[in-house]
Amino acid sequence: MATDAKEGGQELVFHPMDQFIVKPLFGDGPVGLFTVTNVTFWMVLTVLAIVGLLVLGTSGRATIPNRTQSVAELAYGFIRKMVEDVAGKDALPYFPYIMTLFMFIVFSNFLGLIPGAFTTTSHIAVTAVLAMLVFVAVTVIGFVKHGAGFLGLFWVGAAPLPLRPILAVIEVISYFVRPVSHSIRLAGNMMAGHAVIKVFAAFAPLVLISTGIGLVVTPLSILAITAIYALEMLVAFIQAYVFTILTCVYLKDALHPAH
Amino acid sequence: MATETHDAAGSTSACVDAGGGAIGMPQLCPDWMGNQIFWLVVTLVVIFFILSRIALPRIAAVLAERQGTITNDLAAAEDLKVKAQEAEEAYEKALADARSKANEIIAEAKAEIKAEQDEAAKKADAQIAEKAAESEKAIAEIRASALENVETVAKDTAKELVAAMGQKADTAAIDKAVAARLKG
Repeated sequence: MATDAKEGGQELVFHPMDQFIVKPLFGDGPVGLFTVTNVTFWMVLTVLAIVGLLVLGTSGRATIPNRTQSVAELAYGFIRKMVEDVAGKDALPYFPYIMTLFMFIVFSNFLGLIPGAFTTTSHIAVTAVLAMLVFVAVTVIGFVKHGAGFLGLFWVGAAPLPLRPILAVIEVISYFVRPVSHSIRLAGNMMAGHAVIKVFAAFAPLVLISTGIGLVVTPLSILAITAIYALEMLVAFIQAYVFTILTCVYLKDALHPAH
Repeated sequence: MATETHDAAGSTSACVDAGGGAIGMPQLCPDWMGNQIFWLVVTLVVIFFILSRIALPRIAAVLAERQGTITNDLAAAEDLKVKAQEAEEAYEKALADARSKANEIIAEAKAEIKAEQDEAAKKADAQIAEKAAESEKAIAEIRASALENVETVAKDTAKELVAAMGQKADTAAIDKAVAARLKG
């Protein structure tokens, strides 16, 4: 989406979406299924960051933890408590996978905030897989644990009898919309924030082209970049949190389908 | 300013223009989805195994160990508290014992002193009574001897008087007469 604005012979260049291009890490060839791309690079960095925090950080196994170990324990306790509080004690066997999801998303989001980085979680392909895994797993768990009783999730026993079929339709639709909203929420948030930063960044060099208006626009856009960057830090964590807690809520529905 | 790396000129993807810029939303480019999904699955599997095999059991063990240590410390503290309470009770008891013993000793000493005083007073009374009796006896003796002396003196005086009147004194008669007078 390269929209170039002409301004006194020189031009401002807007390429807010170029940061999301997937390209091979080595060479210029086509992107095949197994090509090592910038996606691979940033995902490997995510894995390394997680290993650094949760494995190397806790290698001391200290009773009185150092800072890194404290953060690792904090993350562990945070997600474990979330799983236990939201989905119940019988959801704890699924805790490692939920922890995997949270750590992957939170580190991908924050690594994506490094200037020049590629944000893997801004791609719908990535978040859709994450959401579909949760959706399929939750549905399978529900049917394995409760058999046909899992369908009771769609039958609102508390509602008046004539309303129940209508509510059941709504419940079924909302159930199948879950993975869509689950994935688009994360990808959309990440993409929007990064694109906005990029748009403001494109305005920033205006002072080099048109000194008059640039003296006003350039500081403003730099200020805006800073502000939105701060907001994005918040969003990076909140979206990881939201994705994880929604996973727990869906898991709770599978484990305790009764309304 | 076109600072992005647009070196991918003539890229083979349908989602990138000749200048290397994105055409539309790169998120919707079907050419790249397979690659992303493949690497995502690899990443998730790796993270899952690292977490479930190494990181999570380790953190759980550390937390459990810490909980155990804290529980032990609390139990030890509780023990020490009980011990301190016991020690305090023992101290209080010892203090009370000592106090009652001291009171006992004081009472005993008082009683002893009183008994001694009583005895001494009794002894003194007895001595005083004895002395008084002795004195009375001495006085009686003195009185008796004085009476005897009076008789002797009277007899002697009577003899001398008889002799002075020029008569020969009949000692026996005089004595008899004096004794009769004294008796009267």
